[in-house]
Order: sequence, then structure tokens, then C-alpha cells
Amino acid sequence: MSVLTEAPASATPLPPALSPGRLAWRRFRRHRLGFYSLILFGLLFVLSLGAELIANDRPLLARYGGQLHAPLLHNPPETAFGGDFETPTDFHDPFIQRQFEQPGNWALFPPIRFHHSSINYFAPEPHPSGPSASNWLGTDDRGRDVAARLLYGFRLSVLFALALTAVGVLLGVLAGAIQGYYGGRVDLVGQRFIEVWGSMPELYLLIIFSALFEPGLLLLLVLLSLFGWMGLSDYVRAEFLRNRQLDYVRAARAMGLSNWQIMRRHILPNSLTPVVTFLPFRMSAAILALTALDFLGLGVPPGTPSLGELLAQGKNNLDAWWISLGTFAVLVLTLLLLTFMGDALRDALDPRKVQR
Amino acid sequence: MSAPLLQVRGLRVAFAGLEVVHGIDFELAAGERLALVGESGSGKTVSALSLLRLLPEAEVGGSALLQGRDLLRLSERELRGVRGDEVACIFQEPMTALNPLYTVGNQIGEILTLKKGLSARQAEARIVELLAATGMPEPERRARAYPHQLSGGQRQRAMIAMALASEPRLLIADEPTTALDASLRTQMLELLGTLQQRLGMALLLITHDLHLVRQFADRVLVLERGHLVEQGPVAQVFEQAQHPYTRKLLGSRPQRTFGPQPPPEAPPVLRARQLAVAYEVPRPGLAGWFKRGRFEAVRGVEFELPPGRTLGVVGESGSGKSTLALAALGLLRHQGELQIMGEAWGESGMGPARANTPRLRRLRRQVQVVFQDPFSSLSPRMNIEQIVGEGLLVHEPHLSVPQRRARVLQALREVGLLPESGPQAELLRWLQRYPHEFSGGQRQRIAIARALIVQPRLLVLDEPTSALDVTVQQQVLELLLRLQREHNLSYLLITHDLDVIWALAHQVLVLQGGAVVEQGSAEQVLQLPQHPYTQSLVQACAPLCPRTEP
Repeated sequence: MSVLTEAPASATPLPPALSPGRLAWRRFRRHRLGFYSLILFGLLFVLSLGAELIANDRPLLARYGGQLHAPLLHNPPETAFGGDFETPTDFHDPFIQRQFEQPGNWALFPPIRFHHSSINYFAPEPHPSGPSASNWLGTDDRGRDVAARLLYGFRLSVLFALALTAVGVLLGVLAGAIQGYYGGRVDLVGQRFIEVWGSMPELYLLIIFSALFEPGLLLLLVLLSLFGWMGLSDYVRAEFLRNRQLDYVRAARAMGLSNWQIMRRHILPNSLTPVVTFLPFRMSAAILALTALDFLGLGVPPGTPSLGELLAQGKNNLDAWWISLGTFAVLVLTLLLLTFMGDALRDALDPRKVQR
Repeated sequence: MSAPLLQVRGLRVAFAGLEVVHGIDFELAAGERLALVGESGSGKTVSALSLLRLLPEAEVGGSALLQGRDLLRLSERELRGVRGDEVACIFQEPMTALNPLYTVGNQIGEILTLKKGLSARQAEARIVELLAATGMPEPERRARAYPHQLSGGQRQRAMIAMALASEPRLLIADEPTTALDASLRTQMLELLGTLQQRLGMALLLITHDLHLVRQFADRVLVLERGHLVEQGPVAQVFEQAQHPYTRKLLGSRPQRTFGPQPPPEAPPVLRARQLAVAYEVPRPGLAGWFKRGRFEAVRGVEFELPPGRTLGVVGESGSGKSTLALAALGLLRHQGELQIMGEAWGESGMGPARANTPRLRRLRRQVQVVFQDPFSSLSPRMNIEQIVGEGLLVHEPHLSVPQRRARVLQALREVGLLPESGPQAELLRWLQRYPHEFSGGQRQRIAIARALIVQPRLLVLDEPTSALDVTVQQQVLELLLRLQREHNLSYLLITHDLDVIWALAHQVLVLQGGAVVEQGSAEQVLQLPQHPYTQSLVQACAPLCPRTEP
């Protein structure tokens, strides 16, 4: 900010323009721990999205009798592989496995040869059985592979958290924006509503509703989002209250922009800092909420792979250390990565550091 | 002259490896008034504050001997003994420099008990004494007041009392009067002067205002971009400035470049009849729960602004001049008549839940605005093309992207931000820049371009230059004059600075407490003020600004 740069644009080539968003991204990248956490988290998430390719009891590709099958997509009946029954093939069956050992036949299995719901009937020990060559992290009390369940559970948790965060952010930004922009009576009514709504006992409502309705992810999503937007809307409201009286908003009004255009183009982009900063923390809060509800048995329906349900199993089978330890490790890693990302994001968006 | 109180040698200050003060030397004798002058970015504040190591992120080099002790080598602990005890500071913004959660007396008393070891009772008496010495009315009562209960001038007095509590040998005053109104400015300087003489302390005054220096200081240092370019006794520097930069600073006071002009025979662009603006304010006490009070910010204002002319609105803070500006922009509900090109704003467009009718949009196009603060008037998340081109999106939505871009480039050229010609790619890269990459003066030009692009008839200028350095201020004023000539624009100029009025306005309207106290041509009002309030305004400024006809 120097006086002598007052002269019109000089002929010297300019460095490329940097938007505030890009500057923040640069600062984020400079934050090593946070940046690598983002990469690792992204990698894990993408891998878990392809969980069917990693943990499945059906082979990805199989060749039998000169014919190529893709059992992952369409499981042929046993008769296709020389069996006697018209039922879908169970690839853990020793008979089927022997069929594929014959010359000319082969099957390409995923690294973990269990789906989260498949039960290992051929385990040498009673369930829960410890880590072995076939079940790397052991089995749970129903004989399902812990590694597969962790993988699918991680995917479910992250997807659920993403959905919950997205809905919460949407509702929170909308409520905060309207309150902050219009102020006055709208704000007053909104704030009182939030106070009343916020004092509702969330957990009791969840228990009541899980008794009334079929438990399911959608119900959980709706119920948790009904309460999840309030913290955020306060921040957005404060930002809108501050920004709406700044000169650039006045200038936009004088220009004749509509309320909606002013909110969307002028105030919203300048009010998103708290929203973005809180994203990772909201994600980890959502994961924890789902885990806690599952642990209490109020969450996802039985049979769904979930970290909370695994934790509950670990509690019930204390001697099966592989269940609790594995789940614990996955949870800690997830939450830690999210927290590191959140820290880096907070630093990157710190307005005091923008000056430098 | 005995050994100097403060001896600074080779002072260098750097932030994150970037040096902003490049080795300056100066001395300050006991009881001397030294002024450190420069524009923003010259490093004047940084050099003064780094003497006390008050900038935690700065790397400071060189030496600063205060009575033989090097302030830059002291430990943090020893330095705390110096700060506020031997050396005290007054800052520019008294609202933020005082803690809003403690009473004024409490904050002064803290220094007395900590630094002077007084008991609570002794301190109490001394607080009142100190406040009385700064000319604070009713010092006993004010000592128990919180900062927000005081006016700007009273807060500044409280700040001074706080600084003087420890009887410092050196007082650093960082732009002590910039946030104050003109008439308070002189009072405050006189107060500082008498206190300085009575206590025999040295005073280091940091300011961008050379004319303040002439009134006040013994010696002056001129800083340019971290270099000390000139120093000497005030008279010598003002009479025979050696360095071109000093001469530029001295010569950059706004000048009037046109004589009296008769109003043109054309219908007025803006016309006000019995204009009044009132706010609802909460009443004190329980009554406020049920009934709201009314505060009349502006009442009974009447004027006519012909095309191609400037109406200057003068008044101190709180006089209602900014309210008048917002009303003219159609952003405030008002009573009475306010017509743009013969068409009234009417009731429908006001308030936060405005109807955005085609009629209002057409009207809004006629009136645009340039605000004071070039940092808050541009959205930091939009680039220049988006900021300047937005008006076209609203008012000429039929334009294609290249057409709009051509108009943006034309507007930016017109305000002198872009060269007349240049490689296309280079120009486009300018359009992609964000406001934070521009200086204050450049931002103000962008704001003017944003207003001009929709081809308005009337521009409301709300303190358009008061946040800018003097040399930049001069350039912006010249730009405004040129644009007025070229486009036959009318300006509604809101300012507290009579210099700016003198340079731009044809007619003047003086507001006090929301009412017009004097109105007439600029020559008439500024040279022969009739109303006592106008006289005091002109007088507060008179020693600084001898008005000459062009």
C-alpha cells in the first residue's frame, strides 16, 4: 500500500491475480499437517467408496469353462460353476473353490474376501475369533469380518457426516442469512424460535422417534438435521449483521440490486469464513453423533455396518480385543485427520493473517 | 543544549524479512516537540512504536538510547518499566484504545497504583486531578463513566490523562487529532501544548498533516517510504524545503480552480423541500420496552442542485450529513420532498424490505455513491471486473460479456486507473485483480468507476478523500473535477473538511444538529460566514487554510 504506486498501470508484467479464496488455499497448503491430513482423508474416503472392490465375498472376475463372469455385478447360480443348486453361488464353499483350482479356471478375488454382511462359516474357532490369515482383524460375535465391517462402517460414517453437514450448513446459512439481513423483527422472532427449539431434549426425541418409526439412516438424518443447524446460524447471522451495513452493501443497494442479489453476491461470500472453518469440526461431530447413537442401539437398523455398533460389540466382548482396538483406531484416525484439517483451515482463514 | 533525552541511531524495522524502515537517525531533547511526518506507508508509526517494541512481529535493528539506556536491548521485563512510566503513548482512535469494560477512572487508577505505587484512595484524588488538568468537564463524574458514555473529545482527554498519569518524560502521540472534528482538533493541540510545557516532557507527534506540524512542533522529520528525507526546525522546513517530497507534501493542499459561477438555467437534478429524516431509538428505562422514541437526524432541509454543480454539505460528526446522503440515495425513509430529476423516491422503496420495482431501478441509476473508506466500500471477494461491471448487469442486462468488458475497461480508463492503450492480455489481467491488491487511492478510483459506469446524473460523495493521503487526495479531487466537466455531473459532497469544500463546491450548506444553519455560495459562506457556528468552523480551520481566489 504505497503512495507512489498511484500512477496508472505500468507496462511491467503483472503476477497473476490472486483471489482471497486462492490466497487462503495457499496458506492452507503451507500448513503441512493439515494438508497431508486432507490428502490422506481424501484417499481413505475414495478407497472406502470402492469398498465393494476391496472387501467382498464374490470375485471381481471369474473364468469358468471358457466363460468369463463378473460375479461382483451379477452373481450366477451355482450351476454355472458346476454346482447342483440354482441358488446364488457361495464362493467360500470348498466345493466351489476346488472348481476354480482346476486348470483353465480362475477367479480374481478382492484383497478382503468378505462382505460386511457375510459370515465366515469355515472359521477354525468359535466367534468372535481372533485375527487370522482369512480374517485379518478377526471376526465379530456373529462371525462377520471386522476389517470389512470397519471399511463399510467408515464409508457410512463419512457419507452420513457429509450429508448431515451439508443439510446443516444449508439450513444454518439460510436461517442466519435471513435473520441477519433483515434484522429487526424477523431477527427477534428467529432468535426466540432458536432459543425454544434449542432447548428441546434432542436425545429423548430420538428415543421416542426410534420407537415410533422404523429406525433408519434417513430418519436419523432428518432428526439430527432438525437440531444441527442452530450453532452455525448464529455465526452466519452475526456475519450478516456486520456485513450488511458495510459500504459495499450500501453501494450495491444504491445500484439497485435486489435483496436476494445483495445477499448472494455481496454478503454471503464475505460471511462464509466461519462456515468453512467449522466444516471439519461439524463433520467430526456428526461422525461422533452417529457412533454414539449406534453404540446405544438408537441408530442405524441392525445389520448395517457401523462403527458404533462395533464399539458396542467390543464392550460386550472385552476379551475380543481386536474388535474394540480396530474400531478405536479407525475412529481416532478419522477424528484426528478432521481436527488437523480444521486447525489448518482456521489458520488459513484467520483474518489477521490476510494482511501479510 | 544538554545531552538529548532520546537518541536514535540507524533504526531499522522489518516485517517477515521485508524492511519498511531503512535506518533513520534522530535526536529528541528534553522538553522538545518533534513531529514525525509522512504519508501512510512511510513508516512513521512503525518507527515510533518500535522504539517501545510495541509491534510483536517486527524485527528491529539499530539503537535507541533513552537517557543512556538502549530501549532496543532492554529485556522485556525492563521495558515494561519504561512503557507507560518514562514513555507514554496516545493513539489515534480513543474508542479502541480505551478498554470498554472499565471506567475511565479505573483505567487511569491502574497506572497510578501500578507505576506510582499510590494507594486506592490517593489514586482516586489524583485521577480527578488529572482529568481536570486535561480540561474534562465534571471530572468527578467522568471518572466513573465508561468510555462509550463519553464523546470523542472527552475520550481523547481521558487518553491524555491516562498517558500523563505516570508523568512520563516522553509522550508519543500517534495521530492524536485525526479522529476528531476540526474545532476539537485545535483545542486538543492547545491542551497537549500547555500540558507539555507545564510538565516539561518531550513530545513526539506522529502525523500526516503538515499544517498541524506548523502550528505545533519545534522540529520536524519527514519520512518517505522508510527513509528520513528531511529534518530541521519547522520554520526552516516550511520556508525552504530542500527535498522534492517535502515540497510535494507542502504543495498538495487542495486549491480552488474555478471562480464563482451563476447557476445554469436548467431544472435541478436534486431538489429537497422540508426534508426530514427520523430514526426510531429505544427509550431509556422500562418505557423503552413498550414505546420507541424518535430521533430527528435531519429536519427542514431545503436545497436545489442544478446539473454540473456541486453542493457541499458541511458539519461535524453527528450533524446529520451522512443521514442526508443516505436519504438522497433513497436508502432511508424520509418525510418531506426529495426529488431526483423531478421524480420523488416515494415511500415504497425505503426500509430493509424494499420493493425493487422498475421505476425505482430507473431512479437508482441516476444517483450513485462514493464512500469514504476505500477498504470497506469494495467487496473483498469480487474482482475488479465484477465490482465495476455489476451495475451493468442490473441496468443493462442485454449487454454481452465482451460488450460489458469493453464498458468496464472504458470506465477504468476514465478514472485513470488503466492506461489508454496496452496489450489486451495485460488489461484483462488488471480486471482479474482483487481489491486488496490496490492502494487506497486506486480503490477510490475503482469506486468512482463503479458509480460512473451506469451513467448517473448525480454522484453522492460521502467524505470521498478524507481517508486518503494528501497527495492522493489532490489527485482524486482533480479527477472529480474533470469528470464533472466532462459529464455535466452533479455532486452532493458530504465532508467535514473545508479545504475539500473549497476545492469542489459551488454551493455550501452548513448543518448543525440536523438543521441548516447557513446556506449559500461557497465564496459567501466560507469567506463571510454569518452564523456563529460557521464562523467557529471557519476559524478552527483559518490559521491552516488561507483562502485565496484563483
